[in-house]
Amino acid sequence: MSQTFHIPGQPITAYVQRIEIKKLREGSNLILGFSIGGGIDQDPGQNPFSEDKTDKGIYVTRVTPGGPAEDAGLIMGDKIMQVNGWDMTMVTHDQARKKLTKKSEDVVRLLVTRKSLEDAVRKSM
Amino acid sequence: MDNESQYSGYSYKSSHSRSSRKHRDRRDRHRSKSRDSSSRGDKSVTIQAPGEPLLDTESTRGDDRDDNWGETTTVVTGTSEHSVSNEDLTRASKELEDSSPLECRRFAGPVLSGVLGLFALLTPLAFLLLPQLLWRDGLEPCGTPCEGLYVSLAFKLLVLLISSWALFLRPPRATLPRFFVFRCLLMALVFLFVASYWLFYGVRVLEPRERDYRGIVGYAVSLVDALLFIQYLALVLLEVRQLQPAFCLKVVRTTDGASRFYNVGHLSIQRAAVWVLDQYYSDFPVYNPALLNLPKSILSKKMSGFKVYSLGEENSTNNSTGQSRAMIAAAARRRDNSHNEYYYEEAEMERRIRKRKARLVVAVEEAFTHIKRLQDDETAASSPKHPREVMDPREAAQAIFAPMARAMQKYLRTTRQQPYHSMESIISHLQFCITHNMTPKAFLERYLTPGPTMQYQRENSRGRQWTLVSEEPVTSALRQGLVFSLRRLDFALVVTVTPLPFLHLGEEFIDPKSHKFVMRLQSETSV
Repeated sequence: MSQTFHIPGQPITAYVQRIEIKKLREGSNLILGFSIGGGIDQDPGQNPFSEDKTDKGIYVTRVTPGGPAEDAGLIMGDKIMQVNGWDMTMVTHDQARKKLTKKSEDVVRLLVTRKSLEDAVRKSM
Repeated sequence: MDNESQYSGYSYKSSHSRSSRKHRDRRDRHRSKSRDSSSRGDKSVTIQAPGEPLLDTESTRGDDRDDNWGETTTVVTGTSEHSVSNEDLTRASKELEDSSPLECRRFAGPVLSGVLGLFALLTPLAFLLLPQLLWRDGLEPCGTPCEGLYVSLAFKLLVLLISSWALFLRPPRATLPRFFVFRCLLMALVFLFVASYWLFYGVRVLEPRERDYRGIVGYAVSLVDALLFIQYLALVLLEVRQLQPAFCLKVVRTTDGASRFYNVGHLSIQRAAVWVLDQYYSDFPVYNPALLNLPKSILSKKMSGFKVYSLGEENSTNNSTGQSRAMIAAAARRRDNSHNEYYYEEAEMERRIRKRKARLVVAVEEAFTHIKRLQDDETAASSPKHPREVMDPREAAQAIFAPMARAMQKYLRTTRQQPYHSMESIISHLQFCITHNMTPKAFLERYLTPGPTMQYQRENSRGRQWTLVSEEPVTSALRQGLVFSLRRLDFALVVTVTPLPFLHLGEEFIDPKSHKFVMRLQSETSV
């Protein structure tokens, strides 16, 4: 996996999974049903899910059981690479949150990656 | 253990079993106390230069037997008291060479330079006085300017005198094997100066009977100026040049590996050797030959157990080397457990030392509680019911020595220090500590740790003999990679010279306002 020990500035190659989450309307809020952690303004050493402890990407830290994210197949520990075409590997925490919670969008299409993906792809080759 | 030959006249002791040791000890302690005065001569011989090489027989063998004070410190190692053994002879000869007579050579250099200096100091006065004495009438009168010059001359001579006294009039600390180059240079320079001034004076002033007295006074003043500058040169060459450190000397003692590092400046080898020896006497723990060897029991086991028989060989010369080689090879192949024994022996020794040290500390603490200082306002007759006799420090020391004597003796014997501390020296140290209100711990510090060699020196005007062994001429300057050694009879100090590294010092300025901190963030947002 080229994600581990990534050199900043170099292009990242990763095996990703496309996940489409339909937002659920709860009162006046549109919720997705998961929590994110990470960002370039955060402390990457505290991330329990990343392999490379200098990785400042956005990770899924919690998935609400029964929520839209779980239904779509999002798993805790996934790293979000793109949200609706917006890059998530070099954003601040707040920017990531904003991209996910745009009131004008009903659906978010995520590109996520996880370690088991790479292993699965390699095994199938 | 067959050590009878080591002890004089007490060979019967070896036949006694260890169980009767106590009786023997008690009996002998009385005897040794009365023998003290008679054997004092012998005792003092061994204590004299203990940090220095004692013959091995003197210090080590005493421990294997549980003997008394008198025995372990006397050195008469012959089969009887009346025969002079080989050790006696070597000891006597070593005595002689250790305390070499006051050599005239020691003072030759300083005396010579003293004479030269005195001559140089008196020369300006001579320059002034000679015209006055010889042709006073022909001199031009010289008023105020001359008197001004007289004053300046007087003060400069005074300064010269005082600084010569401060710098040069010191007893020499060492005799060097070769000439001290800088000192010779300076003496030659002074001689040259003064000689050339006298020459000029003789030819141009005395001969034609020069009449310009002011010029003569000015000439004398210029000589004094030149002497002051030479003294400045002497100060720089002899004292100041070696102050800035340039080399690191590693000094290792060959016998037990005690080592130190010192920083010195630019010196010649012989001067560096003198400097190292000065530091040796106060830094290095005293050389105790008894502490060196692995216990015999461990080493001897290795080679025993193999006997090599030659079968029908006529040629005996080949045999011996073949035999020893075979023995060594066989011993090497055998499973070697001596490290195990060494480890346990060390642990056992340590435990023994600690136990005896504990007993010693307790005994000394208790002994010190028996006396207290008499205050000025208390009088001896304060309580007529309990008259206390007033003692001076010596008597007080002797009074409290008795309870701690045995513990002290055992401790010293376990740590192999008993040659360095005679009973007399312990009592006088005790007296010293009592006089200065020291606690038992302060009294014991002398015995619990081996001190520097200086602590054990007797006042000796004769000096110590050291040999400087070097592959380079000893007047050459120190440089990298130089190795020289300083040898005494049984041990040597090996000195290695390395230059101190050149330092590239950089600068980094930190604005005091630039120290700012933030908390590390790890937030989690639910979306």
